[in-house]
Amino acid sequence: MDTRRGALAVPKVRRVGFFTSAIEPTQDSSQRPNRSQSGPVEATTSSSPLSDSPSGNLISPVLIPPSRHHSDNLTSRAVAAAAAPVPVPGPAAFRRYLAHDRGLNVGSYNPPDSLLGTSPPSSNGEFSEDSVSLFGFQRSDSAKLSASFPNGGFDLTLAVRAPQEPEPKIATVSASEVTKKIAEVSGKSESVTTKPQKEKEPKSLKDKTTKAERRAIQEAQRAAKAAAKGEGNRRADESGKANPGKAAKKPQPKKERLPATSSVSVKTAVAVEKEKRMDVPQTQMQYDDKSRVEKAKKRAVVEQTESKNKVELFLHLPQYERGNQLPDLSSNIFILDTIHHAVYKVGLQHLAGDISGDNARCIAMLQAFQEAIKDYTTPPMKDLTMDLTTKINGYVSFLIECRPLSMSMGNAIRFLKNQIRKLPVNLSEPEAKASLCSDIGRFIDEKIILADKVIVQHAVTKIRDGEVLLTYGFSCVVEMILLYAHEIGKKFRVVIVDSRPNLEGQKLLRRLVTRGLDCTYTHINAISYIMREATRVFLGASSIFSNGTLYSKVGTACVAMVANAFSVPVIVCCEAYKFHERVLLDSICTNELGDPDAVASIPSFSTKAKHLKTMDNNKNLQFLNLMYDSTPSEYISMIVSDYGMIPPTSIPVIVREYRREHLLL
Amino acid sequence: MWRRSPSFILDERRTSSSPPMADTTRAPFQNPDSISAYYQTRAAHHGVITSEWLSQAQAAVGGVSGDEHPISSLTDLGDGKSFNVIEEFNSWRKQPDLAEAVAAIRALAAVIRASEATTMMELEIELKKASDTLKSWDKTSISLTAGCDLFIRYVTRTSALEYEDFNSAKSRLLERAEKFGEISCKARRIIAMLSQDFIFDGCTILVHGLSRVVLEILKTAAQNNKLFRVLCTEGRPDGTGVLLSSELSKLDIPVKLLLDSAVAYSMDEVDMVFVGADGVVESGGIINMMGTYQIALVAHSMNKPVYVAAESYKFARLYPLDQKDMAPALRPIEFGIKIPTKVEVERSARDYTPPQYLTLLFTDLGVLSPSVVSDELIQLYL
Repeated sequence: MDTRRGALAVPKVRRVGFFTSAIEPTQDSSQRPNRSQSGPVEATTSSSPLSDSPSGNLISPVLIPPSRHHSDNLTSRAVAAAAAPVPVPGPAAFRRYLAHDRGLNVGSYNPPDSLLGTSPPSSNGEFSEDSVSLFGFQRSDSAKLSASFPNGGFDLTLAVRAPQEPEPKIATVSASEVTKKIAEVSGKSESVTTKPQKEKEPKSLKDKTTKAERRAIQEAQRAAKAAAKGEGNRRADESGKANPGKAAKKPQPKKERLPATSSVSVKTAVAVEKEKRMDVPQTQMQYDDKSRVEKAKKRAVVEQTESKNKVELFLHLPQYERGNQLPDLSSNIFILDTIHHAVYKVGLQHLAGDISGDNARCIAMLQAFQEAIKDYTTPPMKDLTMDLTTKINGYVSFLIECRPLSMSMGNAIRFLKNQIRKLPVNLSEPEAKASLCSDIGRFIDEKIILADKVIVQHAVTKIRDGEVLLTYGFSCVVEMILLYAHEIGKKFRVVIVDSRPNLEGQKLLRRLVTRGLDCTYTHINAISYIMREATRVFLGASSIFSNGTLYSKVGTACVAMVANAFSVPVIVCCEAYKFHERVLLDSICTNELGDPDAVASIPSFSTKAKHLKTMDNNKNLQFLNLMYDSTPSEYISMIVSDYGMIPPTSIPVIVREYRREHLLL
Repeated sequence: MWRRSPSFILDERRTSSSPPMADTTRAPFQNPDSISAYYQTRAAHHGVITSEWLSQAQAAVGGVSGDEHPISSLTDLGDGKSFNVIEEFNSWRKQPDLAEAVAAIRALAAVIRASEATTMMELEIELKKASDTLKSWDKTSISLTAGCDLFIRYVTRTSALEYEDFNSAKSRLLERAEKFGEISCKARRIIAMLSQDFIFDGCTILVHGLSRVVLEILKTAAQNNKLFRVLCTEGRPDGTGVLLSSELSKLDIPVKLLLDSAVAYSMDEVDMVFVGADGVVESGGIINMMGTYQIALVAHSMNKPVYVAAESYKFARLYPLDQKDMAPALRPIEFGIKIPTKVEVERSARDYTPPQYLTLLFTDLGVLSPSVVSDELIQLYL
């Protein structure tokens, strides 16, 4: 039947479901032993050129976002450090390992900054940490660690030696070399000398210096930074760079508070911590983590005010007061310099809700990036790959501030970053830009527009004459399917189920009725009644996860479950670029909060606006406007994607077979 | 199905202007062309189904027949232009041990052999045309369609561009075609071997339909001196169960014949259900002889495992959502007494069993859970 197996006569044990590709286990096997050991292996790991391999960005196939795991990590590290009676090379080794692993972030230094002698250590690593951790593509912890890396010393030597050296080389500088150089450089200025101290601290000085001493050092650094910051301009990315120490230092007071649990062996603690770091990337910023939120706010372009009265279960999600930031932003549009105007425009549109729908948002974002790349020029003494990635990170974090990204946008950004990373070194700047722009255009054409056409072709075969199709909300793919089926002369009726507060179904209803389709419009309250009529349910998707869970507009799960109870087949239409390799079990961990007022205000209720006001101030009353929910895979009969009609159990197959090929992760 | 909707009264009124439903439905009843050719072939095979063909099947496994027939098709080649896929296919199809798909595969291999194309593209087009004719010859046969598709995929997927010389490329294609045919022949034997671990001493097996794979499995189990009992459903209207039970009794396997409607009654003494399949679809469900679905439902509700034995060339890129979502395969049904013309008769020969009611699929690729079918299909087709 098949080319893959040579001798079919011998049945083999088959791995079913999601497993990572053949390349990965080998990389893993080479790395895994190192993780479990702490000290001795450090030399080999740090000198091996890991940074140019994609393994640095390997994302574990199954990642469950633990709440505040970040702080957990830090505390566990703190425990490890505090419990150490003897010099502990472990954390340091890990730091270095990660720092090298992640050469891209570490290597992207800013020579002018470092030459200033003062130390607002402008590591881009710090910046990318924030932007990226919000989004969850890279492990922010490692970036954070890289930020605590000896910026001053490292910077100086490398900047002097080879300012535009490609980052793999920087990253492969062995640890001992670095420390040597730092030793040479130390003494140039006060702030620089403190830096190496701090760098050595985890390795050898950690036990020598007392906590008080270390604290004093930190305090001094902080003061220096504050001074630097005061004089510096408060541009968005600048401010992001301006407080690099904080991330590493913030949790340190915790160290005192924590009891030194000597029973826990240091080695295992370190190993566990490493495992955690490597396997569980942070997926989203947890908004109930005060310190991180504050930090994020400092470099935010958009002044968002958190709403006060939030539902407790959803504290980890961002919820802002609506409506007050838009005028501010629109007036800023002429003075901004860090965010490209096209990206800014898209951000504003997202914020104002002018663009809704995942495909539309994704296309708008990609086109804005295209514009931005066209206008981009590499600053002198910088590398296009690194600098552009940083720029994109900045744009992305701006977009996140405007509105949390959807999964599909995440995949698109990941694609773009991979394209940037893959650019051949010898390509000239205009060529590189042109290639990137065409890549983005290709992505839009192939993955979104063409995919939709393929989906329509597939889905139409499932519509027979005389059927009643039920759809929920507004999905552009479903709209295309219905219109096309009508066009080719199928006789069917459409039931549009809608829900407050967005009432997106009305848009669909308007478009279908003008084209002459027979429609019924109802609200979701009537779903159990109207489902008796339906013979097929067509749903759109925001994303589909590896376990087949559908992540879509809130209310979808309800429709799917009722359909299942009535044994009506549920067909989900989703482009393959929205498939995500994560696993989603509930709609609490990953979700988005909408405007709570939208739930509170009822149009026909406006005469009693006063009544609402009093409701608004009631502390015992919280409004919850969830945007998405998750539908378990057993309620889905079929997924129509650009790879054909597949059962929900085959999502991991598609992700496994095609992610690597097309996006080259 | 849409009749369930309250609006059907409205629809009824709309359709009432058109000629009465009964006429349109009865029309194909008299039309013999609408009867599924697939089931005609099966019925023809049932006539000759004896222990003889089993030994013949054994011979086929030995690869003997694989050698003798290429010669005959080569003599066909002598006729030149008059070479016809359908004829070739039919000549292969006459052999009762050969599944339809394998016959199609053999016929397509003969097409390559007989082809006078001089370029790869030409050959591919010719092959495509031949497979299309075969497919259109009997649209109701899922395994035929699937077998043709798989053959085309398997054969043309080879990087023929590597070969500079057309003749070497063509011989490579032929080689692969032969290999594919051989694999398909061996499939039944592999499945029989794989399934032996699941049959334990003292178990009772419920069998529905006359599947050559299931028969092979039971036969192998008997040869391995396993002690088990078989319950056969009657298999109306073609009486497949009766045939199977007589076959099994020849092998000294204790057999009990059931009415099709007695499945639920005797389910609690059953340990496992074995069924064959006409086709395995993308969702992992199967399309099989009418009655499989209800047996699977009963077995599922009584927590009995349902095992499906199917060769991998039956994997089809179909995705039925419900029973009516397939091209119906119709067949004549004898009731013994005269049915009044006003009475409608459900003549569909097969039904669709969704994957959640199946436990495992025994295929020549291994013992698979239903969700792996899609995995296999995706890897093969995309």
